[in-house]
Amino acid sequence: MVAMGMTIAEKVLSAHSDRDCHAGDHVVASVDFCMSQDGTSMIMMRELERLGFSGPRTTRGMAMVLDHSSPPPSAGIARIHAMIRGFAAANKIPLHDIGEGVCHQVVPESGKVLPGDLVLGADSHTCTYGALNACATGLGSTDVAVGASSGRMWFKVPETTRVTLSGILQRGVSAKDLALHMVGLVGADGATYESIEYGGDSVSSLTMDSRMTVANMAVEMGAKFSPFGFDGATAEWFSSHGMQVREGVLPDSDATYVRAIDVDLSDIPPMVARRHRVDDVCAVADVAGTHVDQVFIGTCTNGRVSDLAAAARIVRGRHVKQGTRLIVAPASRRVYLEAMRAGSIDYLVDAGAVMVAPGCGPCVGTNAGVPADGETVLSTANRNFMGRMGNENGVNILLCSPETAAASALKGEIVDPREVSA
Amino acid sequence: MSLRGRAHRFEPDDDINTDYIISGRYKFKIDDMSELAKHVMEDIDPGFAGSVSRGDFVVAGRNFGCGSSREQAPRALQAAGVSAVIAKSYARIFYRSSFNIGLPLVEMDTDWIADGAELEVDLAGGTVTEVVSGRSSPTRPLPLAMRTLLEDGGLVEHVKKNGGFQL
Repeated sequence: MVAMGMTIAEKVLSAHSDRDCHAGDHVVASVDFCMSQDGTSMIMMRELERLGFSGPRTTRGMAMVLDHSSPPPSAGIARIHAMIRGFAAANKIPLHDIGEGVCHQVVPESGKVLPGDLVLGADSHTCTYGALNACATGLGSTDVAVGASSGRMWFKVPETTRVTLSGILQRGVSAKDLALHMVGLVGADGATYESIEYGGDSVSSLTMDSRMTVANMAVEMGAKFSPFGFDGATAEWFSSHGMQVREGVLPDSDATYVRAIDVDLSDIPPMVARRHRVDDVCAVADVAGTHVDQVFIGTCTNGRVSDLAAAARIVRGRHVKQGTRLIVAPASRRVYLEAMRAGSIDYLVDAGAVMVAPGCGPCVGTNAGVPADGETVLSTANRNFMGRMGNENGVNILLCSPETAAASALKGEIVDPREVSA
Repeated sequence: MSLRGRAHRFEPDDDINTDYIISGRYKFKIDDMSELAKHVMEDIDPGFAGSVSRGDFVVAGRNFGCGSSREQAPRALQAAGVSAVIAKSYARIFYRSSFNIGLPLVEMDTDWIADGAELEVDLAGGTVTEVVSGRSSPTRPLPLAMRTLLEDGGLVEHVKKNGGFQL
């Protein structure tokens, strides 16, 4: 029998289950790392106690991150944070406390995710680490509890959609526009239980920040993993974070894919997702002129150094329009400091931005920056569900790139960032 | 195993995400599931928590439970008395989590089920029957792994009983 070629997901799951596995197989795989956040840790802790937890059996342990409601806005959340801190201390689990940043920035920065890893996170956007050439997936708290305490997890090996990138993004267009383009193309359930693998000549033109933005939104198509192949940029990113990593995982040339999608990056205009659906995507030009009450730049999708720099270049020396608010949350403390040293924070604050603590910020309505009922918000986050930002009644949330967000904050209405010179 | 209760339908019908099942306004500050149950489905049907009876079914279209990984979503439904969800398809995190906590998910075409209909769900036999009309329709077969999880009472009980995964 001729050995069948493998996708990245098949290679990673094979390496973690000591057998050659292919899409559709059920496997029990060893787990490298587990993560939970302040909204998912309480259930995980209770399940760990029921399992008789005595420390993680994963290769590189686990971490808990206080990021979603950080700093805590109420006594109820402060109590939950205190319980999580107590559990972490009692079980010697590394805790990333308030202000360290969003789990999906803090965990990669901590060096606990390496190329070829299998990672479980009690947060749906754990697929972000696909940018680091890992197979990482969001699961419920119970799955993560079992994965952490046993060091193993069962999987149905996913089928893979291969996305081949060509061309170069236009000036003023960035990775978020590619991510939104993909969600619009595939749909909210178009890649359910799949791995979305990115490849092609133009992958090398995407920075690691850009790859994290793209991988982050894989779950908005229902996907399980979103691995990028290992290349020089991957190695360089690890090196800049103090880790020497020389090899990773690449798919076989004869791997079997369930679907192939070709994307010419030069065809993509600035995009937005509108009115309660992440897959209701259109060009910014189609909604240009819409008044915006609040603009939010940040989150695990777009709160990184290059995102803040892109926004800062646009607002530098100008001011946010009267009647519009700009809120900025750096993805992590490290990002905050780097953006400060680069001057980005100066330009943003000088232009009228309100800085909030590194973390999830207003994305999920549990922290500073809840909009008023009936307002329109332009956000660099990954979800625009009704009520997402903490309102009981309709807030119209549109998702966009940091470039579109910054340019629109200056105009007080949605504008194509290519029309505002940086 | 046979379940009986009333169908509850919603608008929108497709892509009901976990934010709609239990809003972040509640899930980050409340860790008691019976308290969360008072707010379940609130953003798309504020009357649901007050009208659901023990044993009832949530009936939906495609991609039920998409979005956030919050396990509070299936747990709050369960705490509200929902005995099963019946939908055309499910998002994968919600799908795994529901069976992990012993909440059955039934996959089938749901267009024929009216809001308020009295239903009987036969999980083992793979049928849903509308009690008044007697109309019956087959469900997609429950995968063996998911049936095992339900029989064992959830994932934690499963791994404790077997000393690992037998799925």
